[in-house]
Amino acid sequence: MKLPAKAAQPNSENLPFFEGAEQGQLVLPRCRDCDFVIWFPREICPECGSQDVGWFEASGDGSIYSFTVTRRIPGGWNKVTPFVLAYVELDEGPRVMTNIVECDPEQISIGDRVEAVFEEATNRDGESGPPLLRFRTTES
Amino acid sequence: MSIRGKAFIAGVHEHPERHLPDRTLPQIHADVALGALSDAGLSTSDVDAYYSAGDAPGFGVLSMVDYLGLDCHYINDTETGGSSYLVHAQHAATAIAAGHIDVALITLAGKPRTGGAGPGGSGRVSGAPEAPFESQWGMSVPGGYALAAQRHMHEFGTTSEQLAEVKVAASTHAQHNPHAFLQDVVSVEEVLDSPMISDPLHRLDCCVITDGGGAMVIVSEAVADRLARHCIPILGTGSFVKSSQSGRIDLTHTGAVRSGPLAFNEAGVTPSDIDYVSVYDSFTITVLITLEDLGFCERGSGGEFIASGALRAPHGALPFNTDGGGLCNNHPANRGGMTKVIEAVRQLRNEARAEVQVPDCELAVAHGTGGSLATRSASSTMVLGRSL
Repeated sequence: MKLPAKAAQPNSENLPFFEGAEQGQLVLPRCRDCDFVIWFPREICPECGSQDVGWFEASGDGSIYSFTVTRRIPGGWNKVTPFVLAYVELDEGPRVMTNIVECDPEQISIGDRVEAVFEEATNRDGESGPPLLRFRTTES
Repeated sequence: MSIRGKAFIAGVHEHPERHLPDRTLPQIHADVALGALSDAGLSTSDVDAYYSAGDAPGFGVLSMVDYLGLDCHYINDTETGGSSYLVHAQHAATAIAAGHIDVALITLAGKPRTGGAGPGGSGRVSGAPEAPFESQWGMSVPGGYALAAQRHMHEFGTTSEQLAEVKVAASTHAQHNPHAFLQDVVSVEEVLDSPMISDPLHRLDCCVITDGGGAMVIVSEAVADRLARHCIPILGTGSFVKSSQSGRIDLTHTGAVRSGPLAFNEAGVTPSDIDYVSVYDSFTITVLITLEDLGFCERGSGGEFIASGALRAPHGALPFNTDGGGLCNNHPANRGGMTKVIEAVRQLRNEARAEVQVPDCELAVAHGTGGSLATRSASSTMVLGRSL
């Protein structure tokens, strides 16, 4: 079953990430001073404090760092249980919170290889917004 | 400057009820404030400093100082979720050590059972920079802690049976607490047979939801000396915010790895000196990871340590949460930090329930965790003594 897909509201600081998502691309911020790949997207490097931040297209590939199969939850998400909440470690380094989709939740394991998928999302008024970054498993 | 031995917990009070449909939130703050002041032998006119967190309604400190009729020249509303009240105690002890104040009142109250949601999140303006990247994925509170549990199991072989023993030990303590929300002793099998909420956490791996509250009164040595009540010296404190680590979060530890050593060093003691610990227990995994972080057992060995029966009062190696904790007794306002301090004070005063009173309890630790293990959290540790 399709998971709820509430569109994020981009702001001037994280807009390149969401513009990338519109194009089906995973665009990440990287510090121009120390080359650190920054997560979550922002225009300050949490490693060195620089505000000189550039953006690049990442591979969209990674592996599962941790996950949970949620079976009971209040609100609308209860209609789509069981679903997989996870941290994916991108090949570029960051660990990002997400869902694993297009999978059998009972077959997910830590370490599984995954790839980015961008899923259509809508805002409160039903208008479409930036797609959501989710992941699906790949043949190792 | 060290705060060691400069400030004393003179009064504590835990609201006896767990279901309070007919009392307002300010009334519950007042109930526990008056209870703690009475326990100390003080009154509202003695209070010169007041502390509250996001569970205080309206304008927080301003609304409550006004409602309670206090006359305060020192106020603070630090908000770090469930650990707020330990952070407040640290700040009060620091202000007392600096000579700014003599009597600090800290209150917590909430009605998550009968009054709607408590102060979920921060109670501050929207627009958290992390929100667009964390709020879209259906992360419930248990779901976030489940991510930590799953990773701990993966790295260290921790088992659901070991986690369940945390709940079992808490329930064996709660049977002696007539105010506890859950008073029935449960077995490991019952924990594992309870409904799965978010793998690997079952319903009985989760804390209770209760109305209620608690308060403490912290005083200077000059005030402590004139009170008849047994005042408990604060020997050391430490707090630390564990961030999401620049997007490289390690889910298998908390900020207790920093707050613990700060508190132990200030107190001049080590974890092996501690007779009793009140450890934050929003979930069973919270206890396991925190015990490792505080140095009560080796990193990765928390499961074995717990399964040995160490946590069971009165004779385990490290009796914990003898009131039944958040897992069984009380988790007022969905925040457990205040009750952690209160039970540690009971132990050091030799006023815990007889069946769970730790013999010759000289040194205790109270520890709080706020925020989420899955993202960012604030840990606060306090070392308390029976005497200086």
